[in-house]
Amino acid sequence: MKPSKNKCDVLVIGTGMAGMAAALFAAQKGLSTAHAGMTGAINFSSGLLDLLGVYPIGTQAGIWKNPWEGIEALVQDMPQHPFARISKSEIRESIDEFTAFLEKNGLSYTGYPDGNALVITPAGTVKPTFRVPLSMWKGVKAYEEKSPCLIADFRGIKAFSSRQIAETLKHEWPELRNARLSLPNLKADIYPKHLAQTMESPDMLEALIRELKPHIGNVKAVGLPALLGVCKTAQILSRLETELGTDIFEIPTIPPSVAGSRIRAAFEKGLSPLKIQPFYQKQVMGFQRLPDGNFLLDVGHTEKESQIQAKGIILASGRFFGKGLHADRKQIRESIFDLPVSQPQSRSKWHDPDFLAPAGHPVNLAGLETDEYFRPLGKGGKAAYENLFAAGSILAHQDWPRMKCGSGLAIATAYKAVKEMCAYI
Amino acid sequence: MKTQVLIIGGGATGTGLARDLSLRGVRCILVEKQDINAGASGGNHGLLHSGARYVASDPEAAKECREEGELLKRLAPHCIEDTGGLFVAVRGDDENYVTDFPALCAKSGIPAEMLDLNTAREMEPELSPDIIAAFQVADASVDPFMLSLDNMAQARQQGAELLCYHKVISFRIENGRIRKIIVRNTVSGEETEIEADYVVSASGAWAGIIAGLAGIEIPMVYSKGSLLVTQNRITKRVINRLRKASDADILVPGGTVSILGTTSRRTEDPDDCRPTIAEVDDIIEDGARMVPVLENTRYIRAYSGVRPLIGSSAGDDRNVTRGFALIDHAPDGIENFITITGGKLTTFRLMAEKTADLLCRKMGITNPCKTGTEPLPSSASGKWTEPGSAPKMWLTRHESDDMILCECEMVSKGIIDGIMEGIREQGGVPTLKSVGLRSRIGKGPCQGGFCSARIAPYMYDREVLNGDRGLKELRDFLNERWKGKYPMLWDLPLEQAEIQEALHCGLFGLELQ
Ligand SMILES: Cc1cc2nc3c(=O)[nH]c(=O)nc-3n(C[C@H](O)[C@H](O)[C@H](O)COP(=O)(O)OP(=O)(O)OC[C@H]3O[C@@H](n4cnc5c(N)ncnc54)[C@H](O)[C@@H]3O)c2cc1C
Ligand SMILES: Cc1cc2nc3c(=O)[nH]c(=O)nc-3n(C[C@H](O)[C@H](O)[C@H](O)COP(=O)(O)OP(=O)(O)OC[C@H]3O[C@@H](n4cnc5c(N)ncnc54)[C@H](O)[C@@H]3O)c2cc1C
Repeated sequence: MKPSKNKCDVLVIGTGMAGMAAALFAAQKGLSTAHAGMTGAINFSSGLLDLLGVYPIGTQAGIWKNPWEGIEALVQDMPQHPFARISKSEIRESIDEFTAFLEKNGLSYTGYPDGNALVITPAGTVKPTFRVPLSMWKGVKAYEEKSPCLIADFRGIKAFSSRQIAETLKHEWPELRNARLSLPNLKADIYPKHLAQTMESPDMLEALIRELKPHIGNVKAVGLPALLGVCKTAQILSRLETELGTDIFEIPTIPPSVAGSRIRAAFEKGLSPLKIQPFYQKQVMGFQRLPDGNFLLDVGHTEKESQIQAKGIILASGRFFGKGLHADRKQIRESIFDLPVSQPQSRSKWHDPDFLAPAGHPVNLAGLETDEYFRPLGKGGKAAYENLFAAGSILAHQDWPRMKCGSGLAIATAYKAVKEMCAYI
Repeated sequence: MKTQVLIIGGGATGTGLARDLSLRGVRCILVEKQDINAGASGGNHGLLHSGARYVASDPEAAKECREEGELLKRLAPHCIEDTGGLFVAVRGDDENYVTDFPALCAKSGIPAEMLDLNTAREMEPELSPDIIAAFQVADASVDPFMLSLDNMAQARQQGAELLCYHKVISFRIENGRIRKIIVRNTVSGEETEIEADYVVSASGAWAGIIAGLAGIEIPMVYSKGSLLVTQNRITKRVINRLRKASDADILVPGGTVSILGTTSRRTEDPDDCRPTIAEVDDIIEDGARMVPVLENTRYIRAYSGVRPLIGSSAGDDRNVTRGFALIDHAPDGIENFITITGGKLTTFRLMAEKTADLLCRKMGITNPCKTGTEPLPSSASGKWTEPGSAPKMWLTRHESDDMILCECEMVSKGIIDGIMEGIREQGGVPTLKSVGLRSRIGKGPCQGGFCSARIAPYMYDREVLNGDRGLKELRDFLNERWKGKYPMLWDLPLEQAEIQEALHCGLFGLELQ
């Protein structure tokens, strides 16, 4: 079969947080957009949208109440951090547009205008983040006020223990209790997404209400794992609140997380009317540069199926897990274009011998160097191609897990890269 | 507490001695500062030597290995996978060594059959096209955890006591005898005195330190060896490089994985068991000479153990005898103190027998050794350590509300319960780390990144964890697993490390705790 040929202004490579955001922004700006990628880390993500939580990394003192002040301190010390190349107002616009889009597609986010919120995690820690799914917001409040609160889980689920959270937090939150509920017909070892779908059935909801009621007492808020439906979470929460007379909130879960699937679902819903040419579950396997500067890319699942001709590219292919970068025993390479990757000299310098070392692992700062327009640099230190832009975690000089800036960085750099791409086209 | 014999060290030698003594009717207590096989017995290659490796350097040890290997295959078959083994030389290797090899084997009575090269490659398709000689020998793969746990299980059945997480910190010596042994509970810090008629130090690389507690000097040096675990099993048989023993020249299959190693690096500290990046690279480059796929195959982790080398300080550590040292300290002025150290896993039973013989002579006991004739009963406690064995058991013993917590190695709630129970029974306190040590948890491809986030909640549900101790245990567990991952973070393991960091730092913020 001869591969089919497709044309577009921009091909966005990657369907993680950065790729989704880039495809959205590009389509909204009226660019004809193609979008390719395998499943990204979105399905793994907690649903929280961090902007900047911690700097300097590794210390309690580094936790910022106000992420904007945090960013200021950060870019002062690390002028190469991607945030140094985006203005505050652009970052703000990008996140506002992103959450407005999710809102329109049934997934509401909230937060403090200029402040980080502290969200309870399944480990019983609290983490600073910027935008919080509405379903998790009342947990932020309950934690702030330390109001009488119940955390509950279900017999049959794993990787979530209400007792773990309550025990871990009780020294600072005496009125935190926990309970384990028995829901009917809950198969042991059920996959989180299926469980969340089951929660949407009226019978299950009734059972949940029945099980919760005896535990309520003086409780003002009830926290449950983020498994309360995939699409009908808002309805489920409001029903529970009415019946129980308390606040209800969700707590993020570990991957594969339903909160992550909700973002993906909202995107799938919202992107389809935008006339994006989808190449989902497909990867870019090779490229040529045409004499006019356009890119011609081979795309397919396991072997080449189609070709895409693009005036420009946004590369949001992630790091090692996303497969945008690949490391062998000796060096780190960029997977598609073989762009230079800034990296520590040898593997002995990639990681710290201590996993939780406060200073973090140097390899996390490896990635693509770019010019001020987010174009990856080639060997000579200038943009490798004038029409290739990069966004998201593949960028060098950021340590998102430690700085707590993952999604914010993905969204803001995608926004900026698309803007520069528009200017170029 | 009072006993006839106090054994220090819960490796293969100590547990083997506990079994031997118990079967002779001698009462004993075994104290171990960590857990069973926390030392070299848990950090070795798992090769049940045919003896062929030592024919040139140490014929005596070669013969011992052959005899003990044959005996264990008969008496403890459930701990052994009788894979058989090959010795292969590759182009450039010392041809004199190859020529001399058959005669040397014959001299030590070790069967070694010369193979033509095509046959060898048919038997093991991954062998290098560059091999120039191949011999078939009776090597096998042994599960050291199952071995020690089963030894201890039978000893306990016969009345022996086991105290894990108890470290010997000092001796009270009067009139040339150790009267009391002071041990400290390493979890609670509590100290206890034990009275014993005799004290045996089976503390491997720590033997010098223990002897030091009695004011006795045992000159010894330490040699660290590191090993790499592949994600998939590479060969059916053990593959040895046919040359003077050197780095990275043995590939030992076990269950679903293969283990490649080992190095031999001087270290000053018997507790130094961190494999390094340089070692990993050397091992791979060397191993790939025999089995080229080792260059590109996926590895899941590395680990190290420390060998005690007695009475030497110069030369190649591999030339120091692998035979064992049984030292009666009466001539040193302590009447009731014995050290047994050195040797090999393969010869642990013999070491235990000789030690028990010496003790019995001193104690005037005439009961004969039974471990050379009686089979080792299979207990349950070692069941989950063999790679790939948990899935088998899981499929056969599925209970309706049981649930898999470690998806890489298919370890279920029921299994974790069993392990925690076992640890408690042995005077220990279950922690994420100790549960990890006794199971395949954290040893599959995810290396603990995900299963730790499932098992910690379960331990809270079972009220094994309370307060915010889970945070510390997660940190400890992850740091412990990291030791083995750190030197091999490229390709898939690096992707997994990234996800692990996304979860434990990105979401949980464990680095801030
Ligand atoms: C466990 C976990 C917890 C998280 N928690 C948080 C959190 O609390 N807060 C927060 O803000 N963020 C969180 N995140 C999300 C994180 O911020 C983002 O996932 C991260 O920034 C990476 O986004 P990305 O889009 O750059 O890359 P990825 O998500 O890795 O996406 C890369 C994409 O590129 C595609 N790709 C790669 N190579 C090719 C190719 N050749 N052809 C086509 N496509 C290709 C991949 O298929 C994939 O779709 C979490 C993530 C994880 C994994
Ligand atoms: C890298 C490597 C590879 C090897 N490969 C093989 C192989 O393939 N085949 C083979 O036959 N042999 C092999 N060996 C040798 C074999 O592992 C050892 O000979 C054997 O395990 C020694 O057992 P042990 O019980 O004497 O010592 P150990 O297993 O080291 O036991 C000593 C114990 O004493 C405990 N201890 C120390 N101090 C104290 C204290 N103060 N109080 C209480 N307890 C204490 C320690 O925690 C430890 O558990 C290898 C060794 C190494 C290092």
